[in-house]
Amino acid sequence: MEECGFSEIERDILKEVVGLYAIPEGAYNFRINGKSVSRKSSANIDVDIVDGGLEIHIKPGTKNESVHIPVILSKTGLKETVRNTFYIGDNTDVCIIAGCGIFNCGSSDSVHNGVHTLYVGKNSRVKYFEKHYGMGQGRGAKSLNPITKVYAQENSFVEMDLEQIKGVDSTKRETYSELKDRAKLVINERLMTHGRQTAESVIETKLLGKESTVDIISRAVAQDVSKQSFKSVIVGKNKCRGHSECDAIIMDKAMVLAVPSLDAQSVDAELIHEAAIGKIAGEQITKLMTLGLTQTEAESKIINGFLK
Amino acid sequence: MLETKNLSFSVEEGGKRKSILKDISLVFDNNQFVVITGPNGSGKSTFVKCLMGIVAPSKGKILFDGEDITSLDITNRAKNGISFSFQQPVKIKGIKVRDLLEIAGAEKPAAFLEMVGLSPEEYLEREISGSLSGGELKRIEIASVLARNSKVMIFDEPEAGIDLWSFNDLVNVFKKAKKNHTLIIISHQERIIKIADRVIVFEDGKVKHIITPDEFIKGVK
Ligand SMILES: Nc1ncnc2c1ncn2[C@@H]1O[C@H](COP(=O)(O)OP(=O)(O)OP(=O)(O)O)[C@@H](O)[C@H]1O
Ligand SMILES: [Mg+2]
Repeated sequence: MEECGFSEIERDILKEVVGLYAIPEGAYNFRINGKSVSRKSSANIDVDIVDGGLEIHIKPGTKNESVHIPVILSKTGLKETVRNTFYIGDNTDVCIIAGCGIFNCGSSDSVHNGVHTLYVGKNSRVKYFEKHYGMGQGRGAKSLNPITKVYAQENSFVEMDLEQIKGVDSTKRETYSELKDRAKLVINERLMTHGRQTAESVIETKLLGKESTVDIISRAVAQDVSKQSFKSVIVGKNKCRGHSECDAIIMDKAMVLAVPSLDAQSVDAELIHEAAIGKIAGEQITKLMTLGLTQTEAESKIINGFLK
Repeated sequence: MLETKNLSFSVEEGGKRKSILKDISLVFDNNQFVVITGPNGSGKSTFVKCLMGIVAPSKGKILFDGEDITSLDITNRAKNGISFSFQQPVKIKGIKVRDLLEIAGAEKPAAFLEMVGLSPEEYLEREISGSLSGGELKRIEIASVLARNSKVMIFDEPEAGIDLWSFNDLVNVFKKAKKNHTLIIISHQERIIKIADRVIVFEDGKVKHIITPDEFIKGVK
């Protein structure tokens, strides 16, 4: 990374949010403090800047390629809204690695609002990773508010891994999707809040097409006096299947709100929502203590496992 | 040597004191294999939970190698050399069988799964969740205690839910372990009782008999 002139903090953040130790293969764009500092297209993936945001075109038939688009805010007081749009052709198999890290050691708030729109072509497989991370002890808040929209064409498969484990003070995450015939969407969400953090997640899926399916798995841990809310809306307009599962561990004086909403507009829509909120079971801690862990070690093992 | 002196446990229920363990004084010598048996509700599980520190006795003392451990917490008793296999194993979402055995201290987790008749290829990477059957969970529970390799090993009804075929192997595991461990096993199974050094029969929160396996099998049942 040295050759790109990333600072040590920026490198640490990159490691956290996109797991990068070096410039990745394939296409990428690194956005740091509001500017694209390094950008590359590949033969099949075009990365352009339009109105300050990215426009990414992935050619039909592109297989086993990836595009990394990490965002870093390391200056205090930066507030930005970025719109990135992905046009993913038919019959592709690609991986999108987004993610945003904020380092704020100052006293002004840093805010990143990322609006991602994905147009996924027929028969395409897309894996989308988005990890959010904050660090720095300044008084300024770190907040991340992603809006992700997915339009999945016939027979496509989209898998989204959304993760926010540490350091983000406030977040409002909205994920909207529309699925055509036989399109399938899997969303894995992992959320942990501590201190006075707040997190809100809304996932709204419209199952428009025949045999379209969505499977949402959300696991969350709320510690200290943090607050979380999770709202899942599944609309079934056809013969389709929707399943959402929200599992939360609540600790200390935290608050967790889970709001399920199922909206069946076809007699053949099969929609299920499961939600469970509770503290860590005492027997689980006891068991790990009999294996020699302290209570605190046992709790963190259970939480880490739960969020894996 | 593990020893209890005048151990009692009682709870408040509907404004009345309910006595669950009544003045139990017992000695478990090093490398002894003791089976505790007796009717349902006679206090067996509560007693061994006191030994592990899971239940705090209302009265009495617990000594381990001469040291008073009555106020020691579970973690420190585990570190001092006591381990415990639960009558009802817990599930922990996100923790794999491999993780559990490694937390227990196993360097080669596979070996301990083999000891309880589970194939490592099939089970090591599975989560300890609802997708495992009762018998499988029970065997993993037993493996986690074997992996601790501690001086005193306590098993609360290890046979429950284990099929007859695997039961033979389990008996052999205990036979081997008794050579250099103190074993305290709650059991109702004659074949486990047979290989014990001593049988302690509980009744109504008290020790009713301390006898040999032969005596137990011949009549006191
Ligand atoms: N915390 C508690 N509060 C109230 N009652 C209790 C408590 N703990 C145990 N008991 C009661 O004490 C009695 C002894 O329970 P324990 O589980 O020790 O029996 P056991 O001999 O292990 O029985 P089993 O053979 O069925 O496993 C039971 O009647 C049980 O309901
Ligand atoms: Mg019992």
